[in-house]
Amino acid sequence: MAISETKPSIEELKEISRNTRKLILESLAEAKSGHPGGSLSAVELVVALYYSVMNHDPKNPSWPDRDRFILSKGHAAPLLYAVLAQLGYFPIEQLKTLRKINSMLQGHPDSRKTPGVEMCAGSEGIGLSVGVGEALAAKIDRKNYRVYVMMGDGEMQEGQIWEAAMCASKYRLDNLTGIVDRNGIQQDGLTEQIMPIEPLSSKWKAFNWNVIEVDGYDFEQILSAFARSKESRNRPTVIIAHTTKGKGVEFMEWSPEYHGKVPDKKTVETIIKDLE
Amino acid sequence: MAKPTLLSMRDAYGEALARLGEENEKIVVVGADTTASIKTSIFGAKFPERFFNVGIAEQNLVSVAAGLALAGKVAFASTYAVFAPGKCVDQIRNAIAYPNLDVKIVASHAGLSVGPDGASHQELEDIATMRVIPNMRVVVPADAPSTSKLTEIIANHQGTFYMRIARPNCPTIYDEGLAESIRLGRSVELSEGEDATIFACGLLVYEALRASQLLKSEHNLSVGVVDMSSIKPLDSDMVLKRAQKTGYIVTAEEHNILGGLGGAISEVLSEKRPTPIFRVGTQDTFGESGEHQELMEKYGLTARNIANAVLNVRTSHPA
Ligand SMILES: Cc1ncc(C[n+]2csc(CCOP(=O)(O)OP(=O)(O)O)c2C)c(N)n1
Repeated sequence: MAISETKPSIEELKEISRNTRKLILESLAEAKSGHPGGSLSAVELVVALYYSVMNHDPKNPSWPDRDRFILSKGHAAPLLYAVLAQLGYFPIEQLKTLRKINSMLQGHPDSRKTPGVEMCAGSEGIGLSVGVGEALAAKIDRKNYRVYVMMGDGEMQEGQIWEAAMCASKYRLDNLTGIVDRNGIQQDGLTEQIMPIEPLSSKWKAFNWNVIEVDGYDFEQILSAFARSKESRNRPTVIIAHTTKGKGVEFMEWSPEYHGKVPDKKTVETIIKDLE
Repeated sequence: MAKPTLLSMRDAYGEALARLGEENEKIVVVGADTTASIKTSIFGAKFPERFFNVGIAEQNLVSVAAGLALAGKVAFASTYAVFAPGKCVDQIRNAIAYPNLDVKIVASHAGLSVGPDGASHQELEDIATMRVIPNMRVVVPADAPSTSKLTEIIANHQGTFYMRIARPNCPTIYDEGLAESIRLGRSVELSEGEDATIFACGLLVYEALRASQLLKSEHNLSVGVVDMSSIKPLDSDMVLKRAQKTGYIVTAEEHNILGGLGGAISEVLSEKRPTPIFRVGTQDTFGESGEHQELMEKYGLTARNIANAVLNVRTSHPA
């Protein structure tokens, strides 16, 4: 039942990540709008979660004991969709309908429409609190599932993140893991210019979280961080993943412009050739 | 109708702010990581010392604006409508409207016309939530020139305002002369008519004008169109005058039929002059991803839908 029983090798994870980038770019080019930068930056983290870390079953998306994943930075939906499609939650051809009318793949995650999507998202700052709620419910029900919440670094500026952080440590939610995609860029520009969030790791430590920093493209570090978060007792874990916005496409990397701009189909075809 | 010029309400807002900032040094602008998109960055480039970007923190955005106003500034706070007012109704109520501060919340990307971003970003409840707060005034421009004019009006009028604009470039209805007739608490009669009246706001004013032409050419009906850019205070004199003159009323807005312009006009009519009315708007539902025009069709917000509403309200209540 659990996907994690057949764990892929690191080489395989890299190959899945390459394919995920390709699917993200193809679906965005087809949609002609959306957010490439923050979808590409977190590929390895989400691939690691769904292929190696989480217990879940694509054939039974509502399996009560599954681990939960909430994409709080909902604009990275193309990444979540690419991973869910490869795992068989829905046919891969659906990716072509991204952001189109009547599609099961909304511009931002919609749990009513897409198998495997746990929670509606799009307004940043909310997901960690929802994760706290699910983690509390697991404690009440004496269930062993874990809750993972992916956040943006710009999203750290929302006050609600810190309300949730306080709450998770009060209730000793060691079944909750937050992931911060620390790609340094938000919509208007660099996080440290728009609204500095450093020192980020000290902030989470001050809220009494178990803090782990990783290179967001090094699978060994990523997998070991998730393993350590499972071992944490009485404290929630946050993984601060150092990443690059637009990762994998040279002209998008570190470019605030490609937060919310999609290259045309021709350009995407060339990019994909380079990826392969 | 001749092919209309398409212009951006956001550009009109950003440029008006930059112009007003020159005349009035008290004007300050606060943004929340969407300043390039909503064009307050034009003001920011010109007056960096009076421009603040608080990051992705909307409750802070509107509350910082409250503090600036409390200390004597005229504070504009702007982001996408789903986030402010959407995320901050408490702060707007308790820290802005209650003390009646000189804060102007100006939100873009309202309504379904946001398009492919989908339901999470399509604010369809803001006219309702803002309208019911005491001291709050609500204005909804119909195009770029009226956005400029209303930006000026709210900047020069002491007190708390919400102004709602849309994302797409939109057909231009007003020229500068006509825009001069826009006043707080007053509506603008864009076309005369005897057989029914359409009260519209925002992007649906243009659709209402097209509906009135369809009704003329297909049914020989003469239907008046009134732009209700001032939703609160509402021009109830005009509502009552048109109700008396034309008997039938249709409202049209890119908003839930509950609580918005249609709600406001129904309140006036049911109390003062019960009149058959149909409300065009979203039917108490969330939107979805799609292109602007596709969504307008799917959710029933086109000129054709408005024309049908006029026909229906007339046949369901024969004179
Ligand atoms: C509450 C809220 N405010 C504003 C936005 C508009 N918005 C979408 S993405 C974005 C920037 C996000 O930056 P970050 O969280 O760092 O995400 P990433 O860089 O990983 O894409 C903004 C401001 C939003 N989605 N939610």
